[in-house]
Formats: sequence, structure tokens, C-alpha cells
Amino acid sequence: MMKSVKYILAGTLFGIIMSKSEAISWYRIQEMFRFQSFHMFGIMGTAVITGVIAVWLMKKMKSRDVEGKPISFTDKEKSWRRYLFGGTIFGLGWALTGACPGPVFVLLGQGYLVMIVVIFGSLLGTFVYGLLKTRLPH
Amino acid sequence: MLELIKQPWPWYTSGLAISFIMVILIFFGKSFGFSSNLRTMCSMLGAGKWVSFFNFDWKAQRWNLLFLIGSVIGGFISANWLQSDVPLNLSQATIQDLQKLNIQFDGNIVPSQLFNWDFLATGKGLLIFLGGGFLIGFGTRYAGGCTSGHAISGLSNLQIPSLIAVIGFFIGGLVMTHLIFPLLF
Repeated sequence: MMKSVKYILAGTLFGIIMSKSEAISWYRIQEMFRFQSFHMFGIMGTAVITGVIAVWLMKKMKSRDVEGKPISFTDKEKSWRRYLFGGTIFGLGWALTGACPGPVFVLLGQGYLVMIVVIFGSLLGTFVYGLLKTRLPH
Repeated sequence: MLELIKQPWPWYTSGLAISFIMVILIFFGKSFGFSSNLRTMCSMLGAGKWVSFFNFDWKAQRWNLLFLIGSVIGGFISANWLQSDVPLNLSQATIQDLQKLNIQFDGNIVPSQLFNWDFLATGKGLLIFLGGGFLIGFGTRYAGGCTSGHAISGLSNLQIPSLIAVIGFFIGGLVMTHLIFPLLF
């Protein structure tokens, strides 16, 4: 039971952080892609810099997770096509809806029920990717 | 304390809080990546019967679905009990740029003129929400991650592929904002 609850709590915290940081804001995303404010860059910059330090420390200290297993980090597979092409396609959708996958669900919780259509579209997109996967350059 | 949380958070607090989420998930023995939930949901809905990409043990991803449910709850809590009365502090330049596209800044988190069923019922509205969702789903799975998996988790682990993905995010976002938006709005 507690095992499940901790993930729900972490998710709840994430939803609150996304809301209060305004990273779920369509307006903020527009501002970011127009380079008219430091806000979003500050958020991502701080998250990445502190993240790099945290990951470095966990590796250095050979940290273990809550179950006592050694923490390991898997490298992403080496390639560039899938990251560049896939990333660009996602970027188009990010600017269009003003939301990345996390915020889509946070906005739904905020009461913007139209996000159901975005979720439906994203499931459809994921499914079509699965269909075409072997035929796409990776 | 509650009053403090209700205020819009400065960027450094938000950034630190996001990397904290990544760290606690790592300590739970998992990794921070939201978009893989979309693949899991496709599998739950039975997509594995037709496409092998969805034929995997999705139950191992149950924790991430719980995280997703939490994120919806977090949005609900924020909208109902943690709202500040201060309108979003959007830059004047963005307000003016959007006005040229006939999108008004109303001080909310998203433009209410777009995020409603009436707008969705127009062809343009459906294209934006359904089409935008499609691009998000297709693109994140193709790239193997979204903002959380690549921009936060991947960059924190100094992964070059994630850097390429983030460059892609920005190419797509810039093309949409500067080249496609003027045609769309």
C-alpha cells in the first residue's frame, strides 16, 4: 500500500510544482519560444545544474535506493536521427498546445477538460509511432 | 507557510523543486520520464495485440501511472487551494506579439479564448488540440522521451542524445511559434 502511495504523493508534488512554477502555462511557453523572458530558461537551467550535481554525487557516493539496491544510470542509445527528428516533432506539438506530456495532465487536474482531446491525440500519436517504428530512421 | 506557497514561485525555487522530484524518483529506484506513460496506456488499451512495440510488461510501469494520477491531483489542489490573486507576470513583448495574432492575454495560466469547448468545436481548435496532441505523442516516443526524460533526467546525466533531443524540441518550438503561428492565427 505504502509502495503505491509514495508514487501518488510524488506525482501530486510534481503537479503542484508544475502549476506554481507556471511551466504549465501556454503563455509562458510562448514567451520562452520568443526569448522574451528568462523565467522558463531559469527553471530549466536551475533544474539541470542541480540535477547534474545530484547525479554526480549519487554516483560518487555509490548511493542505494530505498530498497537497498545500488542506483544505476543507463546511458541513452547512441544515435542522432531519432533524437533530432523525434525531438523536433515533439517541439512542434509543445509550442502548439503550450504543454508537454506532464503539464497536459496537470492542466486536466486544474479543470481544463479540453485537455482530454490532447491526451487522446497523444495516445493516437504514440500508437502511430509504434506502427511505423521499423520504417522510421532511428 | 500556505500564503508563501500560494505566491507564484521564483524560477530558482521551481527549478530546484523539479530536480528534487527527479532525485526522489531515483531513490525510489525509478527514473523521471513522463511520456513513457503514453506507451503504457496504449498497451493497457490492448495495442499490443496489433503492434509489438506495445507488447511489453506494462504492469512494471504501474508506478509511473500512479505518478501520473498524482500529477492530476496536484493540478486540482493547485487550482482550488493554491491559486494566487496575482495575474501571470507575462512579459509585455509577449503580450503584444500575441495581440498581433488576436490572442488576448487574460492573466490566466492559459488563454481562456482557446481552452474551451466552443473553440475546440471549430476546425482550427480541433486541429490545434488533436493535432498538437498527436505531435506530442508521436514525437516523444520517436525521441524516446520528453522534457522530463531528456531535458531533466538526460541532461542531468550528461547524455549527448538528450542534448540533441532538446535542440530538436527548440527547433520544433521555434518553427511552430515563428513560422506556423502567423499562418494559423
